[in-house]
This record gives sequence, C-alpha cells and structure tokens, in this order.
Amino acid sequence: MRELTYLEALNEALSSAMERSNDVFLLGEDIGAYGGAFGVTKGLLQEFGADRVIDTPISEAAIVGAALGASLLGMKPVAEIMYMDFLPISMDQLVTHAAKLYYMSGGQLKAGLVLRTQYSLGRAHGAQHSEFLPAWFLQAPGLKVVAPSTPHDAKGLLNASLKEKGPVLFVECAMLYKSKGDVPEGYYEVPLGKADVKRQGGDMTIVAISRMVPEALAAAERLAEKGIDAEVIDPRTIQPLDRKTIIDSVSKTGRLLIASDDMKTGGVGAEIAATVFEEAFDRLKAPLSRVCSPDLPIPFASPLEKEYMPSSEKVEKAALELAKW
Amino acid sequence: MNDIVTVGTTTPTELKGLGIPDEKLKSILRKMVLARRFEEKVEELYLKMALITGPCHLYLGMEAIAAGAAEALTVDDYVLATYRGHGHAVTRDAPLDKVFAELMGRVDGTCKGLGGSMHAATWTEKKLMLATAIVGSNIPIAAGMGLAVKKKGLDAVVVAYFGDGAVNSGSFNEGVNLAAVWKVPAIFVCENNQYAMSLPEARGVASKSIAERAAAYDIPTFVADGNDPVSVYRAMKEARGICRRGDGPCFIEARTYRMKGHGIYDKADYRPSDEVREWAGKDPIAMFSKLLVDQKVLSEKEYGDMRSTIDNEIEAAVKKARASPYPEFSTLQGMVYPE
Repeated sequence: MRELTYLEALNEALSSAMERSNDVFLLGEDIGAYGGAFGVTKGLLQEFGADRVIDTPISEAAIVGAALGASLLGMKPVAEIMYMDFLPISMDQLVTHAAKLYYMSGGQLKAGLVLRTQYSLGRAHGAQHSEFLPAWFLQAPGLKVVAPSTPHDAKGLLNASLKEKGPVLFVECAMLYKSKGDVPEGYYEVPLGKADVKRQGGDMTIVAISRMVPEALAAAERLAEKGIDAEVIDPRTIQPLDRKTIIDSVSKTGRLLIASDDMKTGGVGAEIAATVFEEAFDRLKAPLSRVCSPDLPIPFASPLEKEYMPSSEKVEKAALELAKW
Repeated sequence: MNDIVTVGTTTPTELKGLGIPDEKLKSILRKMVLARRFEEKVEELYLKMALITGPCHLYLGMEAIAAGAAEALTVDDYVLATYRGHGHAVTRDAPLDKVFAELMGRVDGTCKGLGGSMHAATWTEKKLMLATAIVGSNIPIAAGMGLAVKKKGLDAVVVAYFGDGAVNSGSFNEGVNLAAVWKVPAIFVCENNQYAMSLPEARGVASKSIAERAAAYDIPTFVADGNDPVSVYRAMKEARGICRRGDGPCFIEARTYRMKGHGIYDKADYRPSDEVREWAGKDPIAMFSKLLVDQKVLSEKEYGDMRSTIDNEIEAAVKKARASPYPEFSTLQGMVYPE
C-alpha cells in the first residue's frame, strides 16, 4: 500500500469529495491561492476554481454561519477555521445554531456542514494559537466531534463526515500533518462513533486522543519490553464516544490510563473516566490515571511548552505506576 | 457608497397610480389584520389563560413590514425570521393552528413543540427557514443561503429580518460584508422598532442612521416607512428585482414602533409616554384600512367581513392547537441527530 502524510490524506479526501459532488465546496481564510495556513487545501483552487474554494475575510462567525446557511439548502460546505483557538468566535453559529437546529425545528432543518480545524500544541505558537478544546463541544448535543490520529483515519473519517446529515467538527492536529501512514487509494469510510483498538494488550487500557495516539503506541512498545502489555484505544470520534469499546477493554485489563492533549479539569479524559467509573467500577483493579495538559494557558517558550505537554515519556511513567497496583 | 433610496409614505392620491392591483392591497390588509389578531390572541392565551408560557415577543404594531414584504415575495423565496417572528409566519401563510401549537409546546406545532415561541416561525414548507433567538445571528446564515441560491441557480431571494439591536452585533457586520463581497441575492430587512429591548436606538447606534451603516457596505439600501405596508412592499419589490439581476444583496430599513414591550412580560415603562402616544396615533392597520376604504379599494362591509373571517380562523386554530398533546419525553433522544 502507498504511504501518504496525514495532510495529503486530508487533501485527497477533499479533492475526491469535490469531484464526486458539486454540492461540496470549501470556504475559509486563506484556503485558496495560499493553500490553507497549513497546506491542507493546496492545489484545490487550481483544480476546482474560486467558486468552490472560497477565500473568506477574517469573519469566523460568518464563515460558520454561511456554511450553515448553504447546508440548509442541501449543499455540503466544508468550512475551515484556521486554529481551534478561533473556534469560540463562531461558537454561536456552531453550537447554538448548527448543533441544535434539527432538534429545535422538529426535524425540519439539517445542518450538514463539516467544520475543519486544527490544534497546534507543540509548535511554540503561544497560548492563543495552540489550544485543543474538544470538551467544550461535548455539551453540544447534535454536534459530532472527530479527531483523527493517522493518515488512514484522517481520510476515512473525513469521507464519513462528509456523508453526515448533521454538523461535524473535524479536529486535526498540526503536529501530525507530516506523519506518514498507509492510505488506500480508493474511496473508503471510517465510521463515526467507532473506536479503533490500535494495539491489543491485556495488562492495561490506554485511551489516547489525536496526537497522543502515536505517543501512547510508542510508550506501549517500551512498556512491552518491560513486560507490560498495554492495549491502546483511539476513540477517533469524541462525540459520539464509543463507550462500549472502552468498557470492554477495561473489563479485560482492569486498568485505565487516559492520554489527551487537552487540560485535565473538565477535559475529555474526565468524561471517559466518569463513564468507566459508572459502568465498570467493579472491574477496576487500580485507580485510573490521566496524562493531560495542566490547567494553565499554554506557555510560549519551547522548553516550557515541552514540559507542559503530555508525551510518550509521561504516558510510560504513568503506566509504570499504574502497573504497580 | 450606494445612494440611500427613500420610499416615502403612500399618499391617498398616489395609491392608485402605483399600479398595485386592488386584490394585492386587500391581501396586504388581510395579512396585517391576521398578524394583529394572532398576537392579540397570543396575549390573551398567555396573560389570561396561561396556555402559553416562557418568553413571547409580540409583533404588535409592526404588521405593515411583514405583510408588505410578504406580498412582494414569491413562494420560492426564503425567509429567516427572529424570536419576534409570529408576524412573519402568519403573513407567510404558515398554518395558524401549527404556530399556536408551537407556542403552547404541543407536538403538532411547527417544530413539534421543541422550538417554542421564539422559533415558532420555522416552517420549511413555506420556506420559513429559521427563526433565531440570538440577535443578529440569521444575517450570516442568510449570506450562506444566498450563496447556495446563487450556486444552484434558483429563482429566489433570501430575506433576513432583524431589529435595530442586531446592527450592533458582530454577526451583522460579518454577515452583510460577506454577502456584499459574494454579491448574493439576500435582502436584509431591519425592522427598526427603535428599542433593543430597553435600549433606545440613539444610545445603541453610533451611526447617523442604520441605513447609512448598511450603505457603507456599498449595497443598494432603502429606507421605507415601516408603518406603511405599501412603502415596504415597494422597497421589497425593488430590492428583489436588484437581487434577481445579480446586483444584490440589498438592505431595507423600515422604521416602526413596538406597540408593547420587548416581551409579553415587559411593561415598557422606560419609554416616554408622549412618544408612545405619538406612535399610537400611527397605528398601521388603522391608517391602511382607512386609506383603502377612502380610496374605495374595499368597502366598510368587506373590511368587516374580512375581520370576522379572520376571528373565526383564529378561534378554530386555537381550538385545534389546544387539542394537541405535549411531545413524549421518550422521543427526544431520537431527535438529536438527523437521519
């Protein structure tokens, strides 16, 4: 199988979706001639023209609102919000409108838009250009939240997101854009709401999100050398969360470690932990463990940011502690 | 900057010369009376009978705008209303019983009882695409719908209604700018009732006028008399033509006055009494019905018949709405994600 980067896989999914349907169009800041701030939409303007790859002014609320409006007439807009930190500016359109429209209209309205964004933690972008905020969107019933960790999943999940009839928040990770992996050439989907067991193991369950998946897998390899066999689960979709796969794994291993780039308090890990506590408390052999970011704005200086960030080493260290129980 | 075109108040001598068929004028009046009677009934159901609860924002006094505009649109045009949207719903021929049922939170409501009073005007069968409760938020949505209309080559325009308070939101500025940059067929109608809840326009809008602010986006801008449905009708007709020629978006400021408070619970005692009295003298229905009767477009008897027919329609609709049950709680979980 051929290898592509995470970024190329996303570009391919967008390009083929636009080929397949004229209803698909892109809008966002600098996505045209510039090719997107990170290069995900590179070449698409040349291929599909300015009517379908629309450069917008810096108007995050209007970008999402306009995507929503177009979706109400059956189009499939893919809006890009350059940094996840900018998403709160469009929160009203995304959460208060798009997510709830189907429900509030008694099923009359379907906001089938895809909102792509990325988080840049690890690139010394400072506290307003690095945040990973998935938990903010867990309290938005109607919105699906996707966070791929591999090139294969990036393409398959984006394809599946484009088929959704409701809104999808698709969160990419800038640190993963250059990561490579096998990506099938043809069309395929990775279903939303289905976790992937990235590594089988019987001693503990590590639930890892986005960038922390490869970090957790690397940690698991080192743990294996020390005789600890970790199972690594990638939920892939944060909302809806595949609770069953997580519960099944914890039921088998009896130990849970959660690794995610977002902040500890009220983060995705807190939701996963609560779920396991509610549904599999009796199968836990040890207190659960979380490797997340501390409750601080992200520091700018690279050495400090590195210290701030969850990492493979931190996962390994926490896993070794967990294994002592 | 585009010139601001003022469409003045219709004078008695002018009316016949405008070439608007009598049937159209009668239809406008009927819609105004319907909107008025609907809201009076809502007030009764809320205050006296407690059949309607929650926030409820009446359209009383603003009927000339929705009715005049509705008659200038076609069935293919899209309308984005607000939380003060009952008037837009009934003048767009949404089924009265369903709008009442929605206000009561009943399962036969326009939104199956899940939207409530601020969203009762959502009725996609009549292309009432949305009724938003967040001030100004339908403006960027209209820009996107306009883009879709353009892309699909539909013979339609998108009309977004909002109040004077909305023009101070980021959404207004982002949305109108985007629509203007894209040149989409969207018509932004500011129903300037002069109060953003309790804040008077003069203390909220720094620009000389709202129309001037819109015109700064270099789009065709009209100022209509919001208490004269013919003025609104003419402005809307003109704006629709511009949009269909591909020269949209357009903006209409229609100056009017809320007869009551922001919501049904608001006594509006922050308004000077002489101001209230002055506008009470400009009741759009009293003025327009007098104009039509004086100009012999319809007789006193016809007008009386029109009113009693509407009264009967309202009573029948309320009866039907009251008979509808509340939605089952157990069905809600299945309503979150579209099938």
